[in-house]
Amino acid sequence: MKRVATAIEELHRAENELAEEFIAVSDRYRADHELFYVGRDLARWSQRHARDLAETGRDHGLRLDPEPPDDDTILTAVGQRAAESLGRLGDPGMLVLWDLRRLHRAAAGVSLDWEVIAQAAQALGDRDLLALAERCRPDTLRQLRWADAQLKVNAPQIMTER
Amino acid sequence: MSSRDRIAEPWGPRTPYGAGEPWPVRVDSYLEGGAAESEVDRWVRSASVLHSNGDGLDIAVRDGRIVGVRGRATDRVNRGRLGPKDLFGWQANHSADRLTRPLIRRGGRLVETDWDTAMEAVAGRTRELLRDRGPSSIGFYTSGQLFLEEYYTLAVLGRGGIGTNHMDGNTRLCTATAAAALKETFACDGQPGSYTDVDHADVIALYGHNMAETQSVLWSRVLDRLAGPSPPRLVCVDPRRTPVAAAADVHLAPRPGTNLMLMNALLHELIAADRIDRAYIDEHTVGFGELAERVADCGPETAAGVCEVPADRIREAARLIGDAERLLSTVLQGFYQSHQATAAAVQVNNVHLIRGMLGAPGRGILQMNGQPTAQNTRECGADGDLPGFRNWANGDHVADLARVWNVDPMRIPHYSAPTHLMKIMRYAEEGSVRLLYVSGTNPAVSLPELARVRDILTQERLFLVVQDIFPSETALLADVVLPAATWGEKTGTFTNTDRTVHLSERAVDPPGRARPDLDIFLDYARRLDLRDQDGWPLIKWDDPEGAFEAWKECSAGRPCDYTGLSYARLREQGGTQWPCDHEHPDGTERLYTGGRFWSRPQDCESYGRDLVTGAPLEPDEYRSMNPDGKAVIKAAAYSPPHQAPDAEFPFTLTTGRTLYHFHTRTKTGRAPQLQDAAPEVWVEMAAADADREGWSEGDLLRVTTPRGRVEARLRISGIRPGVVFLPFHYGYWDAPSGDASAGGRERAANELTVTEWDPASKQPLYKTAAARLERVATGGGRPSPAPTTTASEPVAGGVPGTRGGGAAMADDDATDARGGAR
Repeated sequence: MKRVATAIEELHRAENELAEEFIAVSDRYRADHELFYVGRDLARWSQRHARDLAETGRDHGLRLDPEPPDDDTILTAVGQRAAESLGRLGDPGMLVLWDLRRLHRAAAGVSLDWEVIAQAAQALGDRDLLALAERCRPDTLRQLRWADAQLKVNAPQIMTER
Repeated sequence: MSSRDRIAEPWGPRTPYGAGEPWPVRVDSYLEGGAAESEVDRWVRSASVLHSNGDGLDIAVRDGRIVGVRGRATDRVNRGRLGPKDLFGWQANHSADRLTRPLIRRGGRLVETDWDTAMEAVAGRTRELLRDRGPSSIGFYTSGQLFLEEYYTLAVLGRGGIGTNHMDGNTRLCTATAAAALKETFACDGQPGSYTDVDHADVIALYGHNMAETQSVLWSRVLDRLAGPSPPRLVCVDPRRTPVAAAADVHLAPRPGTNLMLMNALLHELIAADRIDRAYIDEHTVGFGELAERVADCGPETAAGVCEVPADRIREAARLIGDAERLLSTVLQGFYQSHQATAAAVQVNNVHLIRGMLGAPGRGILQMNGQPTAQNTRECGADGDLPGFRNWANGDHVADLARVWNVDPMRIPHYSAPTHLMKIMRYAEEGSVRLLYVSGTNPAVSLPELARVRDILTQERLFLVVQDIFPSETALLADVVLPAATWGEKTGTFTNTDRTVHLSERAVDPPGRARPDLDIFLDYARRLDLRDQDGWPLIKWDDPEGAFEAWKECSAGRPCDYTGLSYARLREQGGTQWPCDHEHPDGTERLYTGGRFWSRPQDCESYGRDLVTGAPLEPDEYRSMNPDGKAVIKAAAYSPPHQAPDAEFPFTLTTGRTLYHFHTRTKTGRAPQLQDAAPEVWVEMAAADADREGWSEGDLLRVTTPRGRVEARLRISGIRPGVVFLPFHYGYWDAPSGDASAGGRERAANELTVTEWDPASKQPLYKTAAARLERVATGGGRPSPAPTTTASEPVAGGVPGTRGGGAAMADDDATDARGGAR
């Protein structure tokens, strides 16, 4: 049982991080308007999930923060990280592909975390937790597919640029 | 026969008729200077081009010159009627400022040159880029106003020859969501309904569709039903008090950006009241369960709070729609150019699916087009689709297209959906697209956020080719300008909103050295020496009829099958609806009769997209969702628009059109009767808002958004409070003192609009921007220049009515004998 609480806590953290990734990507590509707008919208999905997890966490003896940090706080934090990664990236033209890859990996991790929660909820007969996982995991898969679709659209132009 | 001012009476006189009766004939005509028909040398077959209705008409020619037009009594679309733009718009052909010679930029200035120099410059730059940067450095942006033969030729040369994925039409701005909504629901483009559904319907619901102004002849058909026995009831969704709203039994004026919530509430009511056809749903659709779940908490009260529409009025609308026996729904820009565009338009399809009302007289959907030939841009693959509604994600479809073109399938880009316009502009902005070939459209006025668009188009590194008939704002930015022939000066076919194909024949010669768009594309292809895989020329035709025959082959067996048509047949039987093949030689009035769709995984044009994120579904996902080829009921949750009014920008700005103009007025601004009816930009505001600010009719206001500002005179109209409206027609080619760079006043609505689009259809959002208004000067009693006959009708008296006077007198004849004689 303690493991379930730990998993909820971990997933709460992972959803908040995924939201941060989306906000960071959204912010970095303000002139790529689809990345900008849809990226922001998809961040809200993860923040909503984190909020729901915080509420469910109470039943498991957890005290998780339901409120995400505001966007400016997030951007200050990720801005520093991004500057570092940009410095390491040899070819700035590739940055968007690299960012989408990272986003995809983060979303894939979250979707697996939800799967673990759903399986545990079934085994424990925890209907509330199962319902939460069934509600949230499809959103995560849509986030994942979006990152994949954006990668597909952007890769050919970037990779063939001479 | 009578004669009347068709600027003052845009819809002409009534010819009432009852349900199920044929629409009576009324032949409208206008001849220059009041000439008599006996003075006309020849009548040449054509159809109208300044809207999407496709009114059949004949062009009057005298001494080698167009002198007027007359509606075709036998045409299924208009039964002889013409609208103001049909009657007067052709005069623009004669404008003194037509482009008559190619232009090329030398030392920063556009100078006249010969065709060989101009075409060699375009082809030479193309060859250079293909060598140095590859096909992805070349983009094409075309129109909704060329002819089928021209789009198809462009699609072959661009996709099969050059091999670029970057080709789109300005249909992206007008009809992309219509196509997207049809592709989501029916997995394939293709208009389900027919204009004759107006003859049978008992309820007509118009969603964001000001039919009275965008398709004025179709509105005449509705008005004639309303004036006859057993008239239909009307439901109108529009934030403005349009002529449609004024005629409606129920008018819903939602806050811009909330259409999806309103639709979900209507669906909620239909399901709650069990106004659904359970057998049809079970037999012919997938996805109903998810829809029912999605709209379960979207009751009228919830929607009333979001949309700011009375809950009882939503209930009333749902009751009308739910009680309808023969329901016709039409949708246009109010939905297509708004937040959650595809999701909202799809819900209109869902109303018909859950009510089982499709493919029968009066039971139809018209996801409208805005432009005369937009349908052809879509079906020929000159926009974000492959020709013949082939599926870019289906390898077999691409292989089939490669067979038709005799090229290697690898040569046809299909690694993702064809690039949409806004993305092409982005590639040009960041420098990976280096040549943009624009034909028949004016992005420097019609795209959102014009300051950005001008920056992109004026980049030194971008080679801009503009093919047009006038020195448009975009042409003036070009490196090479190619003068084109227009309607009446070239031959070709085009297809209207309800799939009616018309032949339009050359009546007169183009001016100067101007050439048909088809000839220009063929010249370009020849210079690039495009070949098929056996070394033969890729494009094997050299005239319109040859192109049409080639297109027939490409369309064979596809939903838009043209194989039963020919120029001879179109001359003989006039407007004919596709699909038209040997089984349906007279065409097909309605699609999807009997609940049979074109949506089997191996047939469908599209596997669909996530309506919220826009991500395409994978083939396997689609296969498991819809293995048997049913219609797809797709649900979506409302989300608030990104541009919401706030303290700094307290109004919602919406943009749109007026009856008398088309697009950026390149033609209508050069037809005196139309120009005089709506000579200058205006801004509309509700009386409550104007009173609060202390502003009056005619005051000069400045409308500001974070992207720009526009000055316009105030018309206090029936628009909903909190919303202001600007017509987008007014650019700078005829501005009194030029554009802002020349010290003129900014007047193009798109200075203000936002760069954002619906993720599913990629159609830009022209209907929701947050704006601030201030008064620059009082009007001193001089009213705003807005028309009084349309949605811009003033709410208070004292404004002189819009009149055309003697110059706008046109004939109409509703005697059957005359109609029968045609």
